[in-house]
Amino acid sequence: MNVGLFIPCYVDQFYPGAAIATLQLLEKLGVNVTYPKNQTCCGQPMANSGFEHLTGGCNELFVKNFAEFDYIVAPSGSCVLHIKEHLHSREHEADAASISSKIYELSSFLTDVLKVESLPSKFPFKVGVHQSCHGQRGLHLSQMSELVAPPFSKPDSLLRMVKGIEIVPLNRIDECCGFGGTFCVAEEAVSAKMGKDRVEDHLNHGAEFITGVDMSCLMHMEGLLNRRGSKVKVIHLAEILNAY
Amino acid sequence: MTTREQILDAIRANQPALTALPGVIIPADNIDLQAKFTETLTTIGGKVIKAQGYDDVIAYIKNITNAGHRIISSIAGLAEVISTGEASPLPHSLQDTELAIIKAHFGVAENGAVWITEDQLSQRVLPFICQHLIIILNADDLVANMHQAYEKIGNEHYGYGTFIAGPSKTADIEQSLVLGAHGSRSMTIFLIS
Amino acid sequence: MHTETKDHAELATVFNKDEARVDWHDETLWWIRQKRDKAVNHLPEWELLRETASQIKDNVLSNLAGYLVQFEGNAQKNGIIVHWAADAAEHNNIVLGLLHSKGITKMVKSKSMLTEECHLNEYLENNGIEVIDSDLGERIVQLAKEPPSHIVLPCIHKKKEEIGDLFHLHLGTPAGNADPQFLTETARQHLRETFLTRRAALTGVNFAVAETGEFVVCTNEGNADMGAHLADIHIASMGIEKIIPKRKNLGVFLRLLTRSATGQPITTYSSHFSKPRKGTEIHIIIVDNGRSKQLGREDFRNSLKCIRCGACMNTCPVYRRSGGHSYHNAISGPIGAILAPNLDMEKYADLPFASTLCGSCSNVCPVKIDIHQQLYKWRQVIVQNGYAPAGKKAAMKLMSLTLSSPAAYHMGGKAGRFVMKYAPFAVNNKLNPWYKQRDMPEPPKESFGEWYAKNRKA
Repeated sequence: MNVGLFIPCYVDQFYPGAAIATLQLLEKLGVNVTYPKNQTCCGQPMANSGFEHLTGGCNELFVKNFAEFDYIVAPSGSCVLHIKEHLHSREHEADAASISSKIYELSSFLTDVLKVESLPSKFPFKVGVHQSCHGQRGLHLSQMSELVAPPFSKPDSLLRMVKGIEIVPLNRIDECCGFGGTFCVAEEAVSAKMGKDRVEDHLNHGAEFITGVDMSCLMHMEGLLNRRGSKVKVIHLAEILNAY
Repeated sequence: MTTREQILDAIRANQPALTALPGVIIPADNIDLQAKFTETLTTIGGKVIKAQGYDDVIAYIKNITNAGHRIISSIAGLAEVISTGEASPLPHSLQDTELAIIKAHFGVAENGAVWITEDQLSQRVLPFICQHLIIILNADDLVANMHQAYEKIGNEHYGYGTFIAGPSKTADIEQSLVLGAHGSRSMTIFLIS
Repeated sequence: MHTETKDHAELATVFNKDEARVDWHDETLWWIRQKRDKAVNHLPEWELLRETASQIKDNVLSNLAGYLVQFEGNAQKNGIIVHWAADAAEHNNIVLGLLHSKGITKMVKSKSMLTEECHLNEYLENNGIEVIDSDLGERIVQLAKEPPSHIVLPCIHKKKEEIGDLFHLHLGTPAGNADPQFLTETARQHLRETFLTRRAALTGVNFAVAETGEFVVCTNEGNADMGAHLADIHIASMGIEKIIPKRKNLGVFLRLLTRSATGQPITTYSSHFSKPRKGTEIHIIIVDNGRSKQLGREDFRNSLKCIRCGACMNTCPVYRRSGGHSYHNAISGPIGAILAPNLDMEKYADLPFASTLCGSCSNVCPVKIDIHQQLYKWRQVIVQNGYAPAGKKAAMKLMSLTLSSPAAYHMGGKAGRFVMKYAPFAVNNKLNPWYKQRDMPEPPKESFGEWYAKNRKA
């Protein structure tokens, strides 16, 4: 299988480590991965701000870059959800539809397609897992607490394969961190308060690292952690799973 | 064009294509109805007393009331403790009711509610205006959930009916639960078997 | 509380100045969410109930005119008088007219969010009618001269000390007494006198049954019944969407409503009104006020399935940390944000953006309204109708151009990182809202794209 690697714009620019880990992890698992160098962004920041009508250029570029692959994998639940729900192309709608069905967030690709059952990774630390909303409620990466339904979590089950890791419990297992795209600046007060409360929950339970499938949530929490001088670090799921 | 026509026209123009009503039957568990009913009602602030007949009820009432208390009920078997006095057509005349005793049609185990209709009430306001409420319920007249409750009610033409689940309450002040808002302060059910 | 700045973000910023209070408000509502979770997890068939209710409401919307006519006919057969009001003004006029016809100048009310929407109290007061709200929470906000902040818990934003002060000022309780038991007892005595002396009572309608012409009013306090059963005229205001087809459907909705709202299995009282008491009248006012318009909006009509449980507010992390008043609308929270723009798109343009689209609301909604999808769609409609701020428009256009061109994107990214590394003061300042409470991310020495070009050959 040919896998196209889709790296969210802010991960490319600010958190290349998460992207490198994603690439290396997939390669170690025997996947043939290509990173189309002309990719930019999925268009979500504009669409969520009410400017979906301006995402045409982004969409066409996305289709052009990724139509050829058997699967597209990205270290982001939010971006993958956006593509699945909103990718359209004037000229190549069939390709767009095909991409929507073949695109996977990383943890679901590992559990559902590669069916990974064990990893030789080592990460002997206390880790808090943030269930990023779009991945959880949109892509069903894990069960949401609102529903009366059996619990499960794809990111958690992968993390439990890692030697030495201790996943800390939380008071509110799936409350939103408050990033929300442009919400983080348009509603700064509420956004920061939501993030502070999330961070506090992790800190109260002794997390040394906070992880998740979306660097956007983690970037927001990192900004709050650093501002308060905390030694706790954020780390993308891919970087923990790739720790071998 | 009347407002009525105007509104209905607008609705007809805007309503979506007809979809069917679901025909779903919610399964009911085989549970101990009395136990569940008692547990639920107790949790929500009500009291359940098992009894054999009206003698037990009368004894209880005598114990908790005194001569000055006005006790209202249309249950013939309780005549011994019911206050005498002319029946007034005005519901306001019941404002000094200390205790009302009402027979309920049936109870619902999942929520501790009892179903009462107008024909069991001398006045609709009675179960609300009294300070304390006693309900007489046959232990056999229990259903598991609200679906069964409405099956039991069927097509009955009542002028007024109500489900009452426990004493009146409010948590409007900082989520502190207080029993006794505007309705009865307490609610006791005698389960007769 | 009078709000000049009618913008959620601004009002939320003010709300967040008192962090301890935000924590208190947030924790209180989260606790209610947890009570809801505990209650619903007792029913293994919960998700089936939601799906059933959702489908019943879909059917209602698809046959709304038919059901309303059926309801009207059956209600009239039972002796109920039915009125129709196209908008808030007409509704208020009808209420006033009914009171005048009976020579009544004082009325007792139980909770009706519809009448909040219509600003009924204000209208009646301006026309010489005294209105007393009998729901304890509503009475409290009435004394405080504020609107309710939550559709089910009207004064959830008020601390007991504040309520104690209000009661001291208006009802003569001892200063400093904030005991909920004592204050509730005071309200009981004070409102009992009201119930006994008012000849007119107005209630809302939780559910109106087309099949039988009866309507149901649910309360914990018993105030709707106390008012209605002692009055000569009982006026019930309902939105057109409150209809359900059959009496047995109440089984589904009454199981869902209170568990979703407060975690109780049912409200203390669920009263079914079919016929007026002998010698008295029941009047129902069926109100449109923008609902038929919303019905015509394909993307948003599902918002009319709402049974006003408030679960979406309790779960919303933004609502809990900004308070109902920051939505400057009768109905606040997530459901308010998808109902209000239909009424006045300009005034409520900010509401659909007061969300991270986390999706929690849609998943607690007992009738499965796709609230967070509608929030997204409203954003598009609002922008298309020209209600986005000018600065945002320009920024988005620039973003679109940059992100459609790999070259522009790469250049922009590199430039941004360069500025952050060598001139951090350019972004680390008061003009950057991110920077107010968060550090900016560290700019890495190269982007992933640059790393890939060096470390992997194409």
